[in-house]
Amino acid sequence: MALYSDKVMDHFRHPRNVGKIEDADAVGEVGNAVCGDIMKIYLKIENDIITDVKFETFGCGSAIASSSMATELIKGRPVSEALELSNKAVAEALDGLPAHKMHCSVLAEEAIKKALLDYYTKNNIPYDESIFAGLDEEIESHHD
Amino acid sequence: MYIYADNAATTKTSEAAIRAMTKVMEETWGNPSSLHSTGQRAKEVLEGAREKAAALLGCEPREITFTSGGSEADNMAIVSAAKNGARKNKKHIVSTAFEHHAVLHTLKKLEKEGFEVTYVEVPENGVVTVESIRDAIREDTCLVTVMFANNEIGTLQPIAEIGAVCREKKVPFHTDAVQAVGHVYVNVKEQNIDMLSLSAHKFHGPRGIGLLYAKRGIILSNLIEGGAQERGKRAGTEDIASIVGMVTAMEEAVRTIDEHAALLIPKRDRLIAGLSKIPHSTLNGDPEKRLPGNVNMSFEGVEGESLLLLLDDRGIEASSGSACTSGSLDPSHVLLAIGRPHEVAHGSLRLTFDADVTDEQIDYVIKNVGEVVEYLRNMSPLWFAKVEGRKEFYL
Ligand SMILES: Cc1ncc(COP(=O)(O)O)c(C=O)c1O
Ligand SMILES: [Zn+2]
Repeated sequence: MALYSDKVMDHFRHPRNVGKIEDADAVGEVGNAVCGDIMKIYLKIENDIITDVKFETFGCGSAIASSSMATELIKGRPVSEALELSNKAVAEALDGLPAHKMHCSVLAEEAIKKALLDYYTKNNIPYDESIFAGLDEEIESHHD
Repeated sequence: MYIYADNAATTKTSEAAIRAMTKVMEETWGNPSSLHSTGQRAKEVLEGAREKAAALLGCEPREITFTSGGSEADNMAIVSAAKNGARKNKKHIVSTAFEHHAVLHTLKKLEKEGFEVTYVEVPENGVVTVESIRDAIREDTCLVTVMFANNEIGTLQPIAEIGAVCREKKVPFHTDAVQAVGHVYVNVKEQNIDMLSLSAHKFHGPRGIGLLYAKRGIILSNLIEGGAQERGKRAGTEDIASIVGMVTAMEEAVRTIDEHAALLIPKRDRLIAGLSKIPHSTLNGDPEKRLPGNVNMSFEGVEGESLLLLLDDRGIEASSGSACTSGSLDPSHVLLAIGRPHEVAHGSLRLTFDADVTDEQIDYVIKNVGEVVEYLRNMSPLWFAKVEGRKEFYL
């Protein structure tokens, strides 16, 4: 189908990093079933480096492709870099998404942020709250 | 394997229709409004097509107005009835919650202009009750519009009975029969229908052509102003090739209704039985009061667009009521209208078949839908939440 770029279709057909991490150091889940998209990200973090990442997604083709690409972009990277991952970067790495599908890349960015917030909180690491400001509200209001 | 299972979206143009259209384009390309022989030959072909269409629907040729398709016919019927009502200070319309957008958006527009619309609730089986329509009709009702067959879940409505109630209450009755004509028996006289919309491309005719039947005495309002074509009600030089293609396809489809239903119904039911074996799935719409070629299922924990894309990779072309395929953020209004929760509506799959579908194809669909649903569930956090008891199953 011409709706999506070849890159999107490749990541949709052959998603990277699908699955769970049973002993994950951090987990983040965003979206809800009413909207039709849920993303869950599992992270393994050692010495501030994301050593492993897995995802589960309920959603459309671009939601699955965005999750796959986002996990690829943060795997092996320092936490600080993962925090800076933007939805635009995910969409660009996929050679673009149709305008009405950009929310899928936003969801990927937020799932990662939410997992990192979980990491900071669990380990009592001080963090700049402004990075996560509005995360939950935004997630709730996305599809309304 | 390749299976086109999206015949409710559109159908392949029949060979007979293509041949008839080519012949018109080669031989009777004249303008029927011209007085010369070339124009008059075209006029004869046009009027011949109108007579045939009328005979197939059980009405008079002069009661037929050719349009650009189902949407235009729906718009014209509703706007005309509303204007006729407004003249008598009747500004209330009765419809249902699961009409096609060609009807719903026209009604929404009228609501902004001061009309009041009652959207009758649709029960879970997708078949509106005659009583609910009767109860909704008021002194100031100027139109009842209820679709003949629903385009998503294929359910057939009690049209003749609703028509009888409307006759009794002296309210004009319109039906959007776009999904019905050529698939189930339709006769405007026997079924008490005052206005009916149809579209050629749903029964192997060309796209971009349809018609509105309006009973004698119902004043139609122009949507398109200009020349005096179609008794002055619809301007624009007639597309005789498409009109002839439509009527050719219609004759063929109507003639083979029983034969095709006999082929399709056992296959449809076998597919429903096969897909119902997938755990936490459901059929949408009544199992019997439905179009012979329509199957619409929901699978919990999966999203429709991913399902469609993966089926397309396996040669199965279908459609879904998920938000992501509608281009909006809400899933199908039809599935919501029959009471499906949002997430169940997101996980819907519509398969609509033509009479030539084979048992092998049905088996292939059953096997592949099962595999793809399982694959998607195995990466769905929603599915795991349900399996692990953190969320409830709906189905
Ligand atoms: C029930 C119903 N009404 C109206 C239409 C619109 O018909 P058309 O595409 O010919 O305008 C369709 C087809 O999409 C339909 O299924
Ligand atoms: Zn989506």
